[in-house]
Amino acid sequence: MFAYIVRRLLYAPLILLGVNLLTFALFFVVNTPDDMARMQLGAKRVTPEAIERWKVERGYDKPLLFNAAAPGPSSLTDTIFFEKSLRMFAFDFGRADDGRDIATEIRTRMGPSLAIALPTFILGLIVTVSFALLLVFFRGTYLDFQGVVLCVAMMSISSLFYIIGGQWLVSKIWHLVPISGYGGGLDASRFLVLPVVIGVIAGIGGSARWYRTIFLEEAGKDYVRTARAKGLSELQALFGHVLKNGMIPILTGVVVVIPSLFMGSLIIESFFGIPGLGSYTIDAINAQDFPVVRAMVFIGSLLYIFGLILTDLSYTLVDPRVKLE
Amino acid sequence: MIDVQPVFLWTDLLLFGLIICIALAAWRARCSEPARAAWRRVGESAVGMTSLTVLLLFLVVGLVDSLHYRPYLPPAKNDKVAADPRALSTEVRSALDALAEPLRARTEKTYSAPLAYVLFAKQTVEKADGTQQREFPRLKFGGSGLQYPEEDHIGDVLGRIGLGLALAAGAWCMLAGALVQGVALSRQVPFGAAWRAVWRGKGGLAWRAMLVTLGLVFLFAGPIAVLAGEYHVFGTDKVGQDVLFLTLKSIRTALVIGTLTTLVTLPLAVALGIMAGYLGGWVDDVIQYVYTVLNSIPGVLLIAAAVLMMQVVIDTHPHWFETAAERADARLLALCLILGMTSWTGLCRLLRGETLKLRELEYVQAARAFGVSTARILSRHVLPNLMHLVLIALVMDFSGLVLAEAVLSYVGIGVDPNTVSFGTMINAARMELAREPMVWWSLVSAFIFMFVLVLAANLFADVVRDAFDPRTS
Repeated sequence: MFAYIVRRLLYAPLILLGVNLLTFALFFVVNTPDDMARMQLGAKRVTPEAIERWKVERGYDKPLLFNAAAPGPSSLTDTIFFEKSLRMFAFDFGRADDGRDIATEIRTRMGPSLAIALPTFILGLIVTVSFALLLVFFRGTYLDFQGVVLCVAMMSISSLFYIIGGQWLVSKIWHLVPISGYGGGLDASRFLVLPVVIGVIAGIGGSARWYRTIFLEEAGKDYVRTARAKGLSELQALFGHVLKNGMIPILTGVVVVIPSLFMGSLIIESFFGIPGLGSYTIDAINAQDFPVVRAMVFIGSLLYIFGLILTDLSYTLVDPRVKLE
Repeated sequence: MIDVQPVFLWTDLLLFGLIICIALAAWRARCSEPARAAWRRVGESAVGMTSLTVLLLFLVVGLVDSLHYRPYLPPAKNDKVAADPRALSTEVRSALDALAEPLRARTEKTYSAPLAYVLFAKQTVEKADGTQQREFPRLKFGGSGLQYPEEDHIGDVLGRIGLGLALAAGAWCMLAGALVQGVALSRQVPFGAAWRAVWRGKGGLAWRAMLVTLGLVFLFAGPIAVLAGEYHVFGTDKVGQDVLFLTLKSIRTALVIGTLTTLVTLPLAVALGIMAGYLGGWVDDVIQYVYTVLNSIPGVLLIAAAVLMMQVVIDTHPHWFETAAERADARLLALCLILGMTSWTGLCRLLRGETLKLRELEYVQAARAFGVSTARILSRHVLPNLMHLVLIALVMDFSGLVLAEAVLSYVGIGVDPNTVSFGTMINAARMELAREPMVWWSLVSAFIFMFVLVLAANLFADVVRDAFDPRTS
């Protein structure tokens, strides 16, 4: 297993390199730095000097992949690809277009993102699993059918509706919590309640239906029938056997997103004005701040790959039959 | 008759091409017994027929909206040289615009509530005697036929609803009659017997569910259609456009995004998935590497990066596009391609796993032992046994894509801001919720239409999955 993890860890930089090549191609080959300068400077009649100045300020005045003019090894390092893409492996993200250091910005914004994503994730898991178990308990009855219909209806509603409707009802009509904003320390909880609740509700439909199929499959297996035949009550069978074994596919399915919780939630953060990484990303997209978008892509991929490795590990932890080769 | 020149936008051609492909595939599926049996299961399910009916209605609206043309401008009056008497308007319209011309043309000044005859906000109006007064001005078109609106408004609306219901009932009876007649002819029984069979749910397919759905739709559509002749049924938006018209136009955008994305997903996922699974070795490694890389980038960010880059390309090449509609269309198509590029990995992985299993089956090994070429094995023995997975995945993806469009438009990386879509409608209406009293109608109508479309697609996908998945049947 140790060898397996080492191999996976060695594979990770390869994938990150692929991610970097892809974003590099998107950001610098499809459009030349000149195109970007012209778009950023806005005006139709930009002088070539202004473009040149913009490029020098941001370090885009170098060749893309190979610098023939530079001596020795710096012919490979004194390029845009090295400066802008490979530097990220050392977590050197450079500066955003407004001059701020991206790495500092990410560090300060991670907290609020996590404060909202982690409760949403944990509460969401508990609520959806309980709901799915409830449906399985009443399987085959009218209640189960109505529950499934409710799930399908809930997953057909746009997530924007949950957010807008929730803000309108809870904040504007009932005046229970502020519409948007964020505060430090314990004060933050006032602002976090509504986004977390909405995040949980918006996720119920799809997940609960999926978990229900997993539990149903498990509940029909022979060992559960044996358990019932031995005299266990339906509840004991559900919690002692179905839940335990059904959690294997569920856990391994959700472990992959745990590291990505740092990235926060794009839509919820920006609707509720929470200064996390999600709203940072949205702002960067709207301001066409390419260095920030590139940095977020890199971090997102890194966390995802980390999540994949965690998934493999969790398989071996929860299911002793699995042996990683 | 006005002269027009047809305009073929890329998405129109692809949409109609896709419909033709589906028709051809359906015709071919008639020859295969398992496929016919599976589709019969879909047709026998009440939920399946209900959702299919709703989807078809949406499809008709979307297709009518996909027939584009450019009208010729009327020759200018005092044009001495008349150099080009047949100048084309730069505005691209669709057949839906022509059918709903009153809805499109009758724009008010700004917001007005559903069925209102006055504007939403008070304005200073100059009276005939020169004095100024703050009041709700009458609408230019909504309820303009009313002489004494205070007294007549409710009666007029109720009368129109009654007329609409009567028309709807008439239309429904005719449609139901035609359908039952069709059943009667195909089973060679008298009309009455066919009617009883349909009504008891024994007409072969679930015709009763279809008729009930149509009845429900008519129940709403009839009064709305009659009311739309005089009022803005769903109100008007900020620049006074009829919200009902905008909602109808949004349907096409949603359909285009939900279906055209598959044009990219399908070939990539099928070709790469089968190759990775069947050939193995370094081909498998390379394909797995590619989809792991694509998967590891957060979806929204990859879409954002690609859309931002495409926006630069479109902005730096304005001469590629003759009209604004063509530019918006190019952006819509590009969005479909980008969504496709980011969403094929799931299906590809699924097909790879399935091919790995199929490769070891006896009949494939027998074919290999007989010396059948790899290409032929893949196309004759492997691909047909994967088609149910492909079909299920496509139908399941549709609703997700329609929902994704709204979110992407909110983030600012969706369709062109000038393209009418559920996303742009929600985005524009979102700001108005802070108003007092609230402007809720465009938001609510966009959400309701989107909900009905996505719900129908989800239900249909479930029925298709149950009918085609060999594990469930």
